[in-house]
Amino acid sequence: MLEQIDNLLSVFPEVVQTLIWIILKILVIVIPVSLSVAYITLAERKVISYIQVRIGPNRVGPRGLLQPIADGLKLIMKETIIPSNANKILFIIAPVLAFVPAIAAFAVIPFDEGMILADIDAGILYVLAMTSMGVYGIIIAGWASNSKYAFLSAIRSAAQIVSYEIAMGFALVCVLMAGGSLNLVDIVNAQQGSIIHWFWIPLFPMFIVYFLSGVAETNRSPFDVAEGESELVAGFHVEYSSMTFSVFFLAEYSAMILIALLTSLMFLGGWLSPFQGIPLLEELFAWVPGIVWLLLKTSIFLFLFLWFRATFPRFRYDQIMRLGWKVFIPLTIVWIVVLGVAVLAGLGPWFD
Amino acid sequence: MNTESVLFYLFAAILVFASGMVVTVKNSVYAALWLVLAFFTTAGVWLLLEAEFLAITLVLVYVGAVMVLFLFVVMMLDIDIAPLKEGFTRYLPIGLLIGAVIVIEIVIIVGPERFGLEAMPAPIPHAADYSNTKELGRLLYIDYVYPFELAAVILVLAIIAAIVLTLRPKRWSKFVAVEKQLEAKSSDRVRVVKMPSEKKKH
Amino acid sequence: MSVPISVSEFAPLLPEIFVLSMACIILLVDLYLTDDNRYISYALGLLTMGLAAVITFVTMPVESVVVLNGTFVNDQMAAILKLFVYLLTAAVFVYSREYLIARSLFKGEFYVLIIFAVLGMMVMISAHSMLTIYMGLEIMSLALYALVAMQRDSIQATEAAMKYFVLGALASGMLLYGMSMIYGATGSLDLKVISEHVAGLEEKDLVLLLGLVFVIVGLAFKLGAVPFHMWVPDVYHGAPTAVTLFIGTAPKIAGFAMVMRLLVEGLGDMQFYWQDYLVVIAVLSIVLGNVIAIAQTNIKRMFAYSTIAHMGFLIAGILSGTQEGYSAAMFYTISYSIMSLGGFGMILLLSRSGFEADKLDDFKGLNDRSPWFAFMMLIIMVSMAGVPPALGFYAKLAVLQAVINAGLIWVAIIAVVFSIVGAFYYLRVIKLMYFDKADDTTPIEAGRDMRAVLSVNGITILALGIFPGGLLTICVNAML
Repeated sequence: MLEQIDNLLSVFPEVVQTLIWIILKILVIVIPVSLSVAYITLAERKVISYIQVRIGPNRVGPRGLLQPIADGLKLIMKETIIPSNANKILFIIAPVLAFVPAIAAFAVIPFDEGMILADIDAGILYVLAMTSMGVYGIIIAGWASNSKYAFLSAIRSAAQIVSYEIAMGFALVCVLMAGGSLNLVDIVNAQQGSIIHWFWIPLFPMFIVYFLSGVAETNRSPFDVAEGESELVAGFHVEYSSMTFSVFFLAEYSAMILIALLTSLMFLGGWLSPFQGIPLLEELFAWVPGIVWLLLKTSIFLFLFLWFRATFPRFRYDQIMRLGWKVFIPLTIVWIVVLGVAVLAGLGPWFD
Repeated sequence: MNTESVLFYLFAAILVFASGMVVTVKNSVYAALWLVLAFFTTAGVWLLLEAEFLAITLVLVYVGAVMVLFLFVVMMLDIDIAPLKEGFTRYLPIGLLIGAVIVIEIVIIVGPERFGLEAMPAPIPHAADYSNTKELGRLLYIDYVYPFELAAVILVLAIIAAIVLTLRPKRWSKFVAVEKQLEAKSSDRVRVVKMPSEKKKH
Repeated sequence: MSVPISVSEFAPLLPEIFVLSMACIILLVDLYLTDDNRYISYALGLLTMGLAAVITFVTMPVESVVVLNGTFVNDQMAAILKLFVYLLTAAVFVYSREYLIARSLFKGEFYVLIIFAVLGMMVMISAHSMLTIYMGLEIMSLALYALVAMQRDSIQATEAAMKYFVLGALASGMLLYGMSMIYGATGSLDLKVISEHVAGLEEKDLVLLLGLVFVIVGLAFKLGAVPFHMWVPDVYHGAPTAVTLFIGTAPKIAGFAMVMRLLVEGLGDMQFYWQDYLVVIAVLSIVLGNVIAIAQTNIKRMFAYSTIAHMGFLIAGILSGTQEGYSAAMFYTISYSIMSLGGFGMILLLSRSGFEADKLDDFKGLNDRSPWFAFMMLIIMVSMAGVPPALGFYAKLAVLQAVINAGLIWVAIIAVVFSIVGAFYYLRVIKLMYFDKADDTTPIEAGRDMRAVLSVNGITILALGIFPGGLLTICVNAML
């Protein structure tokens, strides 16, 4: 099929061809991500409903399966309201700034052996750089809305994300020490072997720290003080409506998917089969493509996101800061030292 | 002109424009945002030089962390820029004069004649498997290990200095002892009283 | 060029490693101390200086050793300057203890910050690369900014710290800009490579010259020489006297080392160019410092302006561009720091809880209150003025000789004339002490340790003045 497209495109000059190819590649990632976002919102409502002994959305389409589409249509039809005295340009740019980095980070995610848009050397760094940019959308939204709730939320969010980024960065340092590379493909390949070769065992505290910091970075419950409906109404997006609001939604959920994907790539062996190295089962499941394993692992984490939301009460702000600075950061620094010793000693089966 | 030079001039133009805006816009939040753009385009220019590690680190550190804190502070401060602008027109001529002199001097000295394309040829492009990051690590941890460690000392010192200058005794802040909070049990706070249900009296 | 480093290469760094570890240890130990046993931090600070001196003395090399890919050098000059830094810092600790207690500044951080500053000075003293010089300078400056601002509730101290920080950052920027130019012209940060490159040039590059100008501006800023001296009086005046004492002593030694490393070792072949700049700076500093000091009524400010004049002499020694001049400048730097230590020590001696003895009038009638310390102050003032037989005389003499031998007689004449003008304000202090009635007759409260060390300080100035041979020989040998 790729050749057919290539033939079709050959009528254009070369520059346009490359451009179209790039756009096509981007679409191949963006469209599934957007669709997943839509259905994660449905999954979220369903999961939380069942946890709370309700049924959840079940009116639109069979078993409520068309609900996300109805929601999307509704949002598109609504009027975009720009508050008076709001900073118009920044008010509109803000959701875009929240969404773009979340999507851009997908460029270096390997979905399977060789299934990657840009296999760059410093992949992890790129991901970290992109995720850390997401906060601009929130800050600018909060500031441009000219509303005190939104502004408070922006301030909270900025402090929270900067704090957790440090722990996240240190956890990533551990991963790249263990994997011996900044490249995500190399990191997954370093976990070859079997389920015990995956980095979740030697890096167990980092695994937890990374995922929880990820939850905090995406402003998800129980770290969602930036939204905090009970005190800040809806936080930074309180003044947003219609499409601008839905773009924020897209950004939040794509960031969730990204964190879940990264956690599975770095700690749970990415596309590697969990039955690797087990005599009979390995052959039995050899036909399953790697991407399926990756997506399965990812959905575990996505489910955890939803489960957290339904279970835990929101953290108080000082507790969030305490957890980030006084628990996570010291823990990660200690683990870097522990890991350094382990790597030097060639501790098996991971570092020999 | 190949793609590379087109990209270079594009990034360079945006960079110069954004830097100009940083110092000229009135609103300090805008200034910070223009600075973010300036960092971004700088990272782009660095990427063209095959310094991908540095470029990404620039975005990660400056855009992702430093500028966020900057914005954080700038948004909270209510800066009245009117007094800052006082005397602007009075000092403008002398400022322009000094600025012009410096620009001319720098152009004469750092001009294309000494640092032009002939004097500083483009680095030879490396093969795809060449790891920029590894080379950088080698430089930092072998050639410049001593200054690198000293930089760490500076950071420690900066932390100490900042704490010395800002930390006030606990009694002045609303400090909650976490240990005490964690020790608290529900039985300390809530008393469950058992009593028979009452009937409404009519 | 990446050659793996063997562990043995770190051996010459032992003093630095030790001082850094001790700073961290004091930082941690201090956390667990209550205000009643805070003296443990003080003792540890003194111990650090003592042991560092021992280590430096033991590792003193015969020939210069360059390690770590040309970023670190250990030679005679470095070891000797470091030893004096420890000595001065230890004296600072002793002098300042009671002053700090009286102003509730007696905290572990004071010692930690000073030890970090000492580390920065050591790094500067043993730097063999522009990068290391800059790093050392920043470590020192950062610690000093924080020290100046430590008295948080004093508006004066905060203002002084602010000025110091802003101007210091500007100076660092200038220095860095100059360094980047030099790097651009020579393609190396290593001072040896730079000097070889410069020596090989037929005609000096304009880039190099511009770099040189910026480097000199940066250095003059850091030394506090005219016309980059504006911060000195405010910082000396605004900072707590204990901190002024420190700023006025040990950093001068580091500043001298920085000038030597950059201008002499790195750009020695451009002496023809930097001599002219330094002449202007030196002459202006000597003139301005001495003249403005006369108008001061605050003794800290007076010392500040006298520092500017003394820095002029230091630079005058270096600008001669000869071995003789360098050793004279080194001798001058060391003598000046010892005198300055004594001068500020006297202010601390007379200060007490709630009272700063920083007015000239506070020295009135000191002879009636304590003839011994009046005599000490007499020695210090006489020495600073450059009257024989005190140490300051030989220091000035050595510098002037070097300047005359370099053929710059007019510089020497101006220096002499304005030293005589400067003698006025030093002698005024003596007149106040001996011929005026005291306004304030409170007995001096200082403890025995401080009295003893201050006495030793004064006597050293006198003794070294009568027998300057030993120190001179050390300085001459260090320059070989």
